[in-house]
Amino acid sequence: MSDLETFRSETAAWLEANCPPEMRQPMVDESDACWGGRNATFKPGQKEWLDIMAAKGWTVPDWPKEYGGGGLSRAEAKILGQEMARLKCRSPLSSFGIWMLGPALLHFGTEEQKKHFLPPIARGEIRWCQGYSEPGSGSDLASLQTSAVDQGDHFLVNGQKIWTSYADKADWIFCLTRTDKNEKHKGITFMLFDMASEGVSTKPIVLISGQSAFCETFFDDVKVPKEYGEGVSSVVYEVNKGWDVAKYLLGHERSMISGGGSEGSTSLGAKFADQYGRDEMGRLDDPMLRAQMAEMDIDVLAFRAMAERFGDTFKAGLCHPAQPNMMKYAGTEINKRRHELIMSAGGSEVLEWESEASNGGLTARGWLRTKANSIEGGTSEVMLNVVSKQILHLPGA
Amino acid sequence: MPLFLNEDQQMLHDSAAEFMKGEAPVAHLREFRDKQCKDGFSHALWKQFSEMGFTGILIGEEEGGLGLGHVEAGVVLEEVGRNLTPSPFLTTAVAGVEALNAGGKPLRERYFPGILSGDTVLALAVDEGPKHRPDQISMAATREGNGFKLDGKKQFVVQGGSADMLIVAARTSGSVGDDKGLTLFAVDANAQGLSKDSARLVDSAMAAHMQFDGVLVDADAVIGEVDEGDAVLRRLLNAGRSGAAAETLGVGAGAMDITVDYIKGRSQFGTLIGSFQALQHRISHLYSEMEIARATVLKAQQMLDEGSSKAEMMVSVAKAKAGKATALSVKEGVQMHGGVGMTDEYDIGLYMKRDRALQEFMGDVNYHTNLVAEMHGY
Ligand SMILES: Cc1cc2nc3c(=O)[nH]c(=O)nc-3n(C[C@H](O)[C@H](O)[C@H](O)COP(=O)(O)OP(=O)(O)OC[C@H]3O[C@@H](n4cnc5c(N)ncnc54)[C@H](O)[C@@H]3O)c2cc1C
Ligand SMILES: Cc1cc2nc3c(=O)[nH]c(=O)nc-3n(C[C@H](O)[C@H](O)[C@H](O)COP(=O)(O)OP(=O)(O)OC[C@H]3O[C@@H](n4cnc5c(N)ncnc54)[C@H](O)[C@@H]3O)c2cc1C
Repeated sequence: MSDLETFRSETAAWLEANCPPEMRQPMVDESDACWGGRNATFKPGQKEWLDIMAAKGWTVPDWPKEYGGGGLSRAEAKILGQEMARLKCRSPLSSFGIWMLGPALLHFGTEEQKKHFLPPIARGEIRWCQGYSEPGSGSDLASLQTSAVDQGDHFLVNGQKIWTSYADKADWIFCLTRTDKNEKHKGITFMLFDMASEGVSTKPIVLISGQSAFCETFFDDVKVPKEYGEGVSSVVYEVNKGWDVAKYLLGHERSMISGGGSEGSTSLGAKFADQYGRDEMGRLDDPMLRAQMAEMDIDVLAFRAMAERFGDTFKAGLCHPAQPNMMKYAGTEINKRRHELIMSAGGSEVLEWESEASNGGLTARGWLRTKANSIEGGTSEVMLNVVSKQILHLPGA
Repeated sequence: MPLFLNEDQQMLHDSAAEFMKGEAPVAHLREFRDKQCKDGFSHALWKQFSEMGFTGILIGEEEGGLGLGHVEAGVVLEEVGRNLTPSPFLTTAVAGVEALNAGGKPLRERYFPGILSGDTVLALAVDEGPKHRPDQISMAATREGNGFKLDGKKQFVVQGGSADMLIVAARTSGSVGDDKGLTLFAVDANAQGLSKDSARLVDSAMAAHMQFDGVLVDADAVIGEVDEGDAVLRRLLNAGRSGAAAETLGVGAGAMDITVDYIKGRSQFGTLIGSFQALQHRISHLYSEMEIARATVLKAQQMLDEGSSKAEMMVSVAKAKAGKATALSVKEGVQMHGGVGMTDEYDIGLYMKRDRALQEFMGDVNYHTNLVAEMHGY
């Protein structure tokens, strides 16, 4: 057996032996994800699964071991992902720290920052939120106004963020602040601070799905220390160079959000055929729905191949740096279409919003949630602008 | 296996790209079209394909070929597509060779040397009507002496008029629609009782309508086993479809590239038209579709090379996805060229024509979309 085949069989055996049965059930909704953090609440099996995976470094399989990762190669990480999918093991930890801040720290952070911040992310001990958008600064993010004034040993932060996902549940925030009012992109600083700091307050916003995943976040004379212990700066990279970090992080965020495009099973057609009937050839007997289902299956399978290729080329350094923007655009548009199809296939049944039978309107709420996919992390239109400019080099874009 | 070309495949890509651009660019297609070539392709170029080693890509090393796979065949086909190069490569060296690979040694020994040297051209006589319906094959092959007698018609056989040998799918038992009972034959193009009528297609390729009236073939013309042609046909179709998907991808990528260049150079309203967001968003969407198609085609080829049980599904996904993306590419291409996109002088229209022909080759988007639904059990 090759090393990789051995790795595959050992991994499968380990997962079989260690993954709690509850963690091998399909996730029903967002509340089934484990987010960790100081005030984490765990459903049965979650804590056990998180701890045993974290001990192996497999909450972040491809991060270096010294920062709490598994130190796996791309090929090994891919195999771990495939085996987890095959055995239906849930992801042990959902985390903005893993998807967004971690990669930015690995790239821009000092050794001290990496040692200080990364292991608690890997272990699911600290939950992070993202303070980018402001009421006046959405797509034009670099126009942000939240100010951070240098006061010697600390910065004094004042202003307002909006759409801060899970700000009310997060322990820490990675936040973009303005440190130079005379510059646009070159006056932004990327800083890290505790959401429990005095002067930080949050106010949840109710979404069209009825859920309230995000907040308005207010900073009122918040004192952000320049250092958290010896050599651990609160500023990532340098003062006024935060835009570089912000952009790099957005690349990872966009890749992550694009993942929705390759999710979802391609067995919906068979399921609906069983539910609604088949013609004498055994086909789903609504030919238009059948055609749309098949088109969707093709797009999902095609996008899965794209996601694999993107991951492989990204790791190998062969991928265009702006490619995450294309991935986000394509993946989120597919995911939205998929949910439209699920709604139209479900008919009136999936309109139920509160009933127990509908699991509290799970399908309808899920459908509405996907509408945010092409807005959060940069809108589809902005993604297309970036592709036009950075990949196709079109004029004046 | 990572989903990008390895170093050897990248080298093959570079040499195929340089070769096609140098020896058979779009001007070459125009030349053969304008002189109304009866074959629709250049035999001298086919010789050069052989000198480059391309014709032996799918032939085993022990038989004098390169012993490579569908990924490598696709690398060459993408460049064929990008340059609209007319050649019998897809039918002969990809689908034809794969059908022969599924059969016995004697036929391989008979035909491979000529394919390797660029002398022999094969054609695939599968379809009997204007749409690809391999499950509806009705041509009859009845036992006669120690061989078979073929009766019926085959249509739209690409390069059928210039081929030396035809791979013919016919029914030796059962009835239309049965899996079992098909047999594939290697039929000499000059066989008695075979008449051919060639027609020029929209993309300047030649396709033949063929009538078989009691065409006699020996038992040793059978590729694989009698009544078990389904397995051979599948192999032929998988190779042909994934190959066609790769060529389609090249057509779409080529059309996109010239369109991007065009809108960077054309000014209206005092500015380059490429600066209008209405065009930018559409062409960036196209870029995204082409990237996805590229990943899908490569995935299907890798799965074929690995012998994956799900390869056939991915081949249909690839043919459909590449078909959709490229159809979009040529339509947007002509539109964004404005009036000049309608002229014969500009190349973009030639891309549109080639795409249309490739769409029909071995199943269009609808055909493969339906297959994907069937394979998923609905
Ligand atoms: C569910 C959800 C979670 C989020 N979580 C977070 C978070 O955790 N942290 C955070 O900081 N932010 C978060 N956001 C905010 C998100 O990043 C912004 O909503 C997004 O960047 C768009 O900004 P906006 O809402 O101000 O829209 P606007 O920028 O006002 O855009 C409105 C419309 O105009 C279009 N438009 C704008 N500029 C252009 C242009 N140049 N060309 C063409 N069209 C254009 C947009 O595409 C959009 O369709 C979240 C958003 C959602 C929906
Ligand atoms: C078959 C045919 C017959 C014709 N007959 C006649 C005739 O009898 N008499 C006559 O005078 N003309 C005729 N025309 C010319 C026709 O009116 C022009 O081709 C048309 O106005 C487009 O101009 P253009 O070709 O210069 O394209 P361009 O203006 O260069 O346009 C190229 C592309 O850029 C896009 N574009 C341009 N400006 C913008 C913008 N501001 N925003 C977004 N997109 C933009 C266009 O939509 C197009 O997709 C004919 C054209 C054809 C094809």
